[in-house]
Amino acid sequence: MDGLRKGLTKAREKEGFFGRLKALFLGKKEIDPNLVDRIEEVLLSSDVGVKTTQLLLEDIRAGLARNELSDNDKVWDALRQRAAGILEIGGGGLALDARPTVVMVVGVNGVGKTTTIGKLATKLKAEGKTVVLAAGDTFRAAAVQQLEIWGKRVGCEVVSGKDGANPGAVIFDAIQRAKEINADVVLADTAGRLHTKTNLMEELTKVSRTMGKALQGAPHETLLVLDATNGQNAMSQAALFREALPLTGLVLTKLDGTAKGGIVLGICAEHGIPVRYIGIGERADDLRDFAPDEFVEALLGQGDDTTDAAA
Amino acid sequence: MFDTLTRGFRQARNRLAGLTELTEQNIDPALREVRLSLLEADVEIGVVKAFLARVKAKAVGQTLESRVKHAGETQSVGASEIFIKICHDELEAMMGHEGGEIVFAESGPTGIMMVGLQGSGKTTTCAKLARYLEADGKKPLLVAADMQRPAAVEQLKVLGEQLKVPVFNVPGASPVEICSAARAEAKRLGRDVIIYDTAGRLAIDEPLMQELADIKAKASPENILLVIDSMIGQDAVKTARSFHERLSISGVVLTKLDGDARGGAAVSVKEVTGAPILFSGVGETTDRLEVFRADGMASRILGMGDVVGLMKDFEQVVDQKKAEKDAERLLSGDFTLDDFLEQVRMIQKMGSLKDLVDKLPLGGMFPGGLPDNVNLDDKELVKIEGIINSMTRQEKADPYALIREPRRVERVAKGSGTPANAVSELVQKFLFMKQMMSGLGQNLGMMGKIPGMKQMAMARNMKKMMQTGGMPMPGMGMPGMGLPGMGMPGMGGFPGMGMPGMGMPGMGMPGMGGDAASMTKMAKLSAPERNAKKAQRKRERDARKKGRK
Repeated sequence: MDGLRKGLTKAREKEGFFGRLKALFLGKKEIDPNLVDRIEEVLLSSDVGVKTTQLLLEDIRAGLARNELSDNDKVWDALRQRAAGILEIGGGGLALDARPTVVMVVGVNGVGKTTTIGKLATKLKAEGKTVVLAAGDTFRAAAVQQLEIWGKRVGCEVVSGKDGANPGAVIFDAIQRAKEINADVVLADTAGRLHTKTNLMEELTKVSRTMGKALQGAPHETLLVLDATNGQNAMSQAALFREALPLTGLVLTKLDGTAKGGIVLGICAEHGIPVRYIGIGERADDLRDFAPDEFVEALLGQGDDTTDAAA
Repeated sequence: MFDTLTRGFRQARNRLAGLTELTEQNIDPALREVRLSLLEADVEIGVVKAFLARVKAKAVGQTLESRVKHAGETQSVGASEIFIKICHDELEAMMGHEGGEIVFAESGPTGIMMVGLQGSGKTTTCAKLARYLEADGKKPLLVAADMQRPAAVEQLKVLGEQLKVPVFNVPGASPVEICSAARAEAKRLGRDVIIYDTAGRLAIDEPLMQELADIKAKASPENILLVIDSMIGQDAVKTARSFHERLSISGVVLTKLDGDARGGAAVSVKEVTGAPILFSGVGETTDRLEVFRADGMASRILGMGDVVGLMKDFEQVVDQKKAEKDAERLLSGDFTLDDFLEQVRMIQKMGSLKDLVDKLPLGGMFPGGLPDNVNLDDKELVKIEGIINSMTRQEKADPYALIREPRRVERVAKGSGTPANAVSELVQKFLFMKQMMSGLGQNLGMMGKIPGMKQMAMARNMKKMMQTGGMPMPGMGMPGMGLPGMGMPGMGGFPGMGMPGMGMPGMGMPGMGGDAASMTKMAKLSAPERNAKKAQRKRERDARKKGRK
């Protein structure tokens, strides 16, 4: 909880998404006739997107029309509830029911897939699990070395092929290896790819199928990594990755910057894929379980005196 | 993808359709659509406001001429066209710049420092830039100063090795130390450009931003380029502003533009920093770096396609003179399967069909985007290549031979590992295309019905227009497929793209195959050909009769 707050400090401060909303509300005693417009602007500038913003505002508008939202606090609560409601669609940490549980990690270039795997491995290792990393990014220069360095740091086995090797084959081998050593989890890295490259997306579908051949039911989890600095294009990423693969969750990275990651609201609303983890820094332990309540709570800064004062 | 993204602009245009005057009242609904469209494109909200204010100021009170003469054709121009043109020009102006390329040092090696957020594509861009500069006769040195991300140094080394460009790094040293030492290394190796790859960092990370400032002080590079992911959202403005305030960047590189991101960040970043956008990254391999063009980007946001970009692609792979000759031969009907094959190969060199189509202004022609059943399968091109390669020289020069003697078709089918009907289909379509092209100019009555054909005939005029730099009036440019890029350098579009409506192999437009086949009958046939056709028709008739029994 503390870590989450720390990571989200930026988002909570004056310029933060809900922080600004709050400043907006606290600054006025009565409801401003332009309030809805201004909320809209705040939502839009947090990358929430036009469609989701309208969705969120529908209730507010209706409530205002019915005179249910008599003051700013009530508008505040209504908005918060609506936002949290969208994000509360299951999720939680990895379900480690199968042995080994195979987790496939996908996403566009540069969102932080390999780093997320490194952090996830650290986390699982700390929980006493045996982890095998599969270096499925055989395309990008030195991606394998990057994962190997993480493997060394965390202290877990990395199965890799040569550069340019078939990613499916590498991950297949990794799953076999995990079975041999009776590991708990296989974390499979894949090369970053733009969701619009049909052939590369087909390759992912194939890789996923190959995993199923190595182990019945694999991949048990398919996580899409999203960069919190991304804007509306993340919607398109989610839509097309979901078309190619049965996504079971999202990982939202780079939340330690000034970006708000508001786009996940839209993705959760539209696709119903829950956020599972958030990345809040470059260190190995900067990965947190995503909890909608905490997330919204932290963004809102309610019950946190220092932020209230700042707002 | 493209279609839905630019819906807002199309709606804005529709709202103004039929109007003859732009007033404060009638422009507002259109501006609202544009606002939403730009927000969807990730243009920062403040920048959107500035843009709308400027468009409004320019648009209101425009006197509209209902007809203008352009390129010898009288075009009808309404309020909507004028409005879109104003939007286009304003967008272009906001992203464009004068001069401001890479600045080269008057003496000693030129420094280019690359900075940006994590994962924006700095390391890849460094390699691309090295390749770009080398093609320009420079001798770059890559400096690996990202000591933060595991294996980042390795990555640059691998890329440097691929390009045969030296990569400098001091294991265990700090980024500042490495960058300070790079100049001496460049002199030692006789390199004249130094490209510094720095670690990705957040603009709010004070120690790391200080590190960049230190590197700048020590290395005093002539250029500091901010690398921005084209998928970035509203945060673009904050990021760009912080980097600019700290380092006063000299330029911007916009990466990952090969996806479907609208790239609104281009507008935002230019607006807040004033630094010109110099390059765009359009693919993962080191050759995918293009000089940024504001007009192409404005067209992309508006949904007009990027015809100039497509033309550039052609230029890279096409021998201009030969292409023009090919085009002339195509228009005169003197075009063989060998030429056709060459076109196919050229298209393959240009990248995937999807990339090509994305650059075409298809929005006007297929308001709902490309139909789902249009199959942009690059493998089709390989098949076409296989089929043509399995033909004898005589068959390639005279494809009618394949129609006259069906056994040839069988042989080609066996040789290329394709079914016989695929071979005849290719031949028929080729003949159809050839005939159509040769009839162009005289035969526009019929051709005019096919989208783009008219423009195709105007290819020569269009080319002239492009050279004088005139932008075709938007209304006119929209529907055209036979636009300059397609039309002139090579008519290369044909084999793979298949002029929509022509049912060429690569795309397999639905429902056109049959027509294409029947069209070939209009050719003047020699006596044996006529006989062969007659015989074939008789066979078909008999077969049908049999079927009825």
